[in-house]
Amino acid sequence: MTGESWLTTTFDKLEEWAQTRSFWPLPFGTACCAIEFMSVVSSHYDVARFGYEVVRFSPRQSDILIVAGTITDKMGPVLKKIYDQMPEPKWVISMGACACSGGFYRAYHVMQGIDEIIPVDVYVPGCPPSPEGLIYGILQLKERVQREKGKHGGEKLKRNAEIAAGPAAPRDDSRSSSRAQRSDLDATQATQDEHAHSGAA
Amino acid sequence: MPTLAPPEPLLEKHRGSITPQEGLDQPCWIVDRSVLREVCADLKSNPQTRFDLLLECFGMDFPDRDPRFEAVYHLYSIRHGKRLRLKVPLPESDPTVPSLVPVWKAANWFEREMWDHFGFRAEGHPDLRRILCHDAFQGHPLRKDYDPARRWICTEKDMYKPKFDLPERPEDMFERMTINIGPSHPAMHGTFRLTAVLDGEVIVASDVEIGYLHRCFDKMSETHTWNQVIPYTDRLNYCSALINNVGYCKTVEKMLGIEAPPKAVWARTVLSEFSRIMDHCVCNGTTLVDCGGITNFWYMFQPREEIYGLLEACFGARLTVSGCRVGGLLADLPPDFMARARKLLEIIPPFINDMESLVDHNRIWLDRAVGIAAVSGEQAIDWGWTGPCLRASGVGYDVRKAFPYDLYDTVDWEVPVFQGGDVHDRYRVRMAEIRQSLRIIEQLLDRGIPEGPHIVDDPHVALPPKDKAYNQMEAMIYHFKLIMDGIQVPAGERYGFVEGGNGELGFYCVSDGSGKPYRVRVRPPCFPIFSTFSQMIQGHTISDAVISLGGLNVIAGELER
Repeated sequence: MTGESWLTTTFDKLEEWAQTRSFWPLPFGTACCAIEFMSVVSSHYDVARFGYEVVRFSPRQSDILIVAGTITDKMGPVLKKIYDQMPEPKWVISMGACACSGGFYRAYHVMQGIDEIIPVDVYVPGCPPSPEGLIYGILQLKERVQREKGKHGGEKLKRNAEIAAGPAAPRDDSRSSSRAQRSDLDATQATQDEHAHSGAA
Repeated sequence: MPTLAPPEPLLEKHRGSITPQEGLDQPCWIVDRSVLREVCADLKSNPQTRFDLLLECFGMDFPDRDPRFEAVYHLYSIRHGKRLRLKVPLPESDPTVPSLVPVWKAANWFEREMWDHFGFRAEGHPDLRRILCHDAFQGHPLRKDYDPARRWICTEKDMYKPKFDLPERPEDMFERMTINIGPSHPAMHGTFRLTAVLDGEVIVASDVEIGYLHRCFDKMSETHTWNQVIPYTDRLNYCSALINNVGYCKTVEKMLGIEAPPKAVWARTVLSEFSRIMDHCVCNGTTLVDCGGITNFWYMFQPREEIYGLLEACFGARLTVSGCRVGGLLADLPPDFMARARKLLEIIPPFINDMESLVDHNRIWLDRAVGIAAVSGEQAIDWGWTGPCLRASGVGYDVRKAFPYDLYDTVDWEVPVFQGGDVHDRYRVRMAEIRQSLRIIEQLLDRGIPEGPHIVDDPHVALPPKDKAYNQMEAMIYHFKLIMDGIQVPAGERYGFVEGGNGELGFYCVSDGSGKPYRVRVRPPCFPIFSTFSQMIQGHTISDAVISLGGLNVIAGELER
């Protein structure tokens, strides 16, 4: 069924309503932020009020990836793999300063923001963010998903396909002695994808 | 200054190879590397010295000196309560040391770390490879000539391929299966990777890989001023951040020769104990989640939330508080501190009681925990354990009793010790410690908050109050100098230690007299504890491995720094 028939638009609305009110988060918790994430799902802040309490540790069963904590270069391939394993549609929340930008770890083993390897939809600042901050971030994501109409054939999917297809345009980035390697990273990633592909074939 | 003369026979045997170094915070010998292993074996077995615990070993780099490198060993004798530091000079051309794994098993991971960070090769080490940095990493980052921001790309191809030392097996066994758990797995706390070979359901061999949260604490602290290091210490053991602050600030204060005012000492003791309660709560809560009891997790998390309220009122942050400053506290205590703390003393015990009534006679928990991953006291010492895990194995070493600091010798409390050394006793020792902490806090609250300032009145150490900084020229200059140049710590070295949530938390600080630390080395208590995980779980099932990891309370931020 294609086009804007009464049935499809209504179904889209229904699906959107259901999706945005029951995100299943995958907490990719590595450090201090993971402890604050525990607070968010515990009794006091109780994210179940919004319908987001079904925490799943399997990427196959979840639709938002909450990256809570510092991601090091050693963890990078793991995070990338987890992201790739999640089914569409999927969204990413970057929780805390380290995941957003490396935070105050401007160091030899710390990734300077997870957007070096995966796309991010919502950045939640703080070190760690307060639980209210994370809840606000999830609600922002909810609004965004509602805004992006027809997401299944739409922008989100297109964007992810572009990212998967090849290296993004080199970004204008001033703090970039470490990010200068980004193009290398993409290149390596591309070869790796190729490798995986041929392996599968 | 304390010194420790080498025992006569030892000195006689290695004349010229051991030189005591005077004038340091603790006894220190400079030992030639050719005799290191022999000297250490002797120090361990000699009943006069009996240095049974290798606390840590690490490297130092002095590019201007000849020989350039130094390996440092911290030893402790539980029986005699004595400490000793050994320094082994190493030339730049050939930085090798004899491995001490035959003497203390604890040396295993520490020597791998030395290789990873400094490139010191430990001769005779069973498995010398990188431990914290990834396998595509080039160079040794803690050498002074390494650029702190120089990164190396790690791809999936560079990830560690586990190796196993597989035992022989009889013919009629099942097919062996290798499974990988983690690093992104809830039971591995998100950052450890365990690869286990199973025979049926039993683990016959396993390999543990860490370093997924190595955030370069040591290198970062060398690029910041002394006060700027405090937020980094928060993120070591983030479950009890304030204890790290206290340990670090006390060490720097001793180097400066100042003492925090009574109010700060009082508040540090009270809040450290509250932090310890938080730490033990999250450990026991998550252990029980790992064996399926999620209710207990909610029960144990609520006291944390309540304590967060107090910390937030004091310092404005919940988890990573940065509450201490060199010379005192970040801010004066809020006016309702006493009322809030008293309220906590009423709120917390019911949660603990509820939790114990749910768990203590629960057949499922007992069946899963009693006798699992049992470790004897001797083994634990050989492996370098300290803290609640060591006390669960029958050894009552607690820094707060053995080397009392702050107000611990003025209050009445006990060190809980259990004998079993299994998961169940590790749980029980933590529950008992929560009660002791409450006891300490209650006595301190009864005494009342000491009068006086919250930080020393020394413009070279503490920022002047804001109203002065805005209105007086002199205070403004001090403010500016302190922000721009930092505290000027006199040249020297010191090892300071406190009882952290997981055991002896040590800070070895070296200053060269500039405004930045030359080296801040942390003695992470869970590092030696986790290094034994592979041996502990051998012969158990995967589900046992999961709860024994929970009971060890390994905090990645502290383990990998």
